[in-house]
Amino acid sequence: MTLLTFIPLAALIVGFALGVILNRHPIRSALCLAVTLFLLAVMFVFLDAHLVAALQIIVYAGAILVLFLFVIMLLNLEADIPQKRRRSMSIAAVAGGVVFAGAVLRPILWAGDTLPGPGWSESAPASFGTAESIGARLFTHFVLPFEVTSVLLLVAVLGAVVLAKKKLG
Amino acid sequence: MLIEIAIILLKVLAVLGLVMPLAGALGWIERKGSALIQDRIGANRASIYGFAGAGLVNTLIADPLKFATKEDVIPRGADRLLHTLAPCVNLFPVLVAFAVLPFGNVLIVGGREINLQIEPLGIGVMYVLAMMSLGVYGVVLGGWASNNRWSLLGGIRGSAQMISYELPMGLAVVAMILTYGTLDLQQMARAQGELIWGWLPAWGILYQPIAFVIFLCAGIAESKRLPFDLPESESELISGYFTEYSGIKHLMFFMTDFVEVIIISGLIATLFFGGWQVPYLYASGFEFPWGSSIALPNIAVVLLQVLSFTIKIIFFCWFQIMLRWTLPRFRYDQLMQLGWLGLLPIGFVNIVATALAILALQTT
Repeated sequence: MTLLTFIPLAALIVGFALGVILNRHPIRSALCLAVTLFLLAVMFVFLDAHLVAALQIIVYAGAILVLFLFVIMLLNLEADIPQKRRRSMSIAAVAGGVVFAGAVLRPILWAGDTLPGPGWSESAPASFGTAESIGARLFTHFVLPFEVTSVLLLVAVLGAVVLAKKKLG
Repeated sequence: MLIEIAIILLKVLAVLGLVMPLAGALGWIERKGSALIQDRIGANRASIYGFAGAGLVNTLIADPLKFATKEDVIPRGADRLLHTLAPCVNLFPVLVAFAVLPFGNVLIVGGREINLQIEPLGIGVMYVLAMMSLGVYGVVLGGWASNNRWSLLGGIRGSAQMISYELPMGLAVVAMILTYGTLDLQQMARAQGELIWGWLPAWGILYQPIAFVIFLCAGIAESKRLPFDLPESESELISGYFTEYSGIKHLMFFMTDFVEVIIISGLIATLFFGGWQVPYLYASGFEFPWGSSIALPNIAVVLLQVLSFTIKIIFFCWFQIMLRWTLPRFRYDQLMQLGWLGLLPIGFVNIVATALAILALQTT
């Protein structure tokens, strides 16, 4: 993936991610998130991770975000009315943003030659990111986290059912 | 490099050249077919110099012209951007999903072998599932952006139905992936060219009849056609989530309906009925089990394969249209029960049985 393809894609992703937080209407926010996830899947395809890209679209953009949209539509959330800005909150927000950006950028900027740059010529092997290779790793090397994650999801589903039942009486 | 791009563009044009006219023709088959089933004549008023062509002039010429020239109305209080975006977001995934559908084996032109599938993705059928799950956005947006209570109701019903029936569809596809051991649709189509007991073509439906029924039900529910058309129930919600759309936007929603019918038919044909396979037709010609054979050039073989695929697609499109005018509509709780309490457990049991059968056959 060259700089020529990376920079416009990254600019779009950051732009739509900003759209998620800056949009006043929650539906437009959720749709910006959907586009961000779709573009992330495109980024995964550029990085030769085809299965992860498909799973991102099927699971995240296609199911979880639809649930988000459901909730927003059913609760009929209106556009946010912005609160009055307070000076102390602005200063705290900017300071927090600077600290967070520094924490994220520090390992990247101080990594030196160990990170792959745009001129990195090694490309991934042909079996990288295919369903077969991921499946093989998932069921041999990572079988314990896989099974534990499925138990975790089952617990979450059961918990949601129990909580909803309680509310009905 | 340029030649490869040109070949891909030609394949895209060929597929679009098949799909878009077929979507239009399906509109005509639907109106004329429904008229014949309901013992009436159907649309036959529009005519050119007296030639009405059994409703062809009406449906294929007059209707698109009418849609194209109607005023585009956006309801007051509706979100203008989302209202305009919804038909485009609805149409895009179903058209893009054709990229992995194989319509022939290999075309040999000037020493170059062209795989008759727009892009042989490694993730194959999962790409189609991803695109169908993106189709929910069009329904959600269409229902929300209309500023209309009943459109919102249709949109919510539609999206709940679509995400409920994506699961059984995925389970049926998983059973086929287990049977053929590959995600690529072209490999699945090629694997169905073998013969069981020397004379029976090993089509998917012989291996997985239950998965076929599950996929058929789930596919028809995904495209929100009768008997699963509560999101669009004509007697209750007028047009459900696309009530407030006029002109070209309405045409785009309608076209999405028919293109979804075509993609579901294409998937059924590829997964369960051999795709482009003609029984006993191989790359060099016919080879019948009773010994005789007919040698054919590559072009003739490819044409026969494309013809076979087209006939199978048209058959399943016709089947879905006939189904629409035959069965009554499901009630909403019946619909949800069928998906979650009926098709989903059957799909799981099917997968476990298939896996056990494959394991048993491997160890013998």
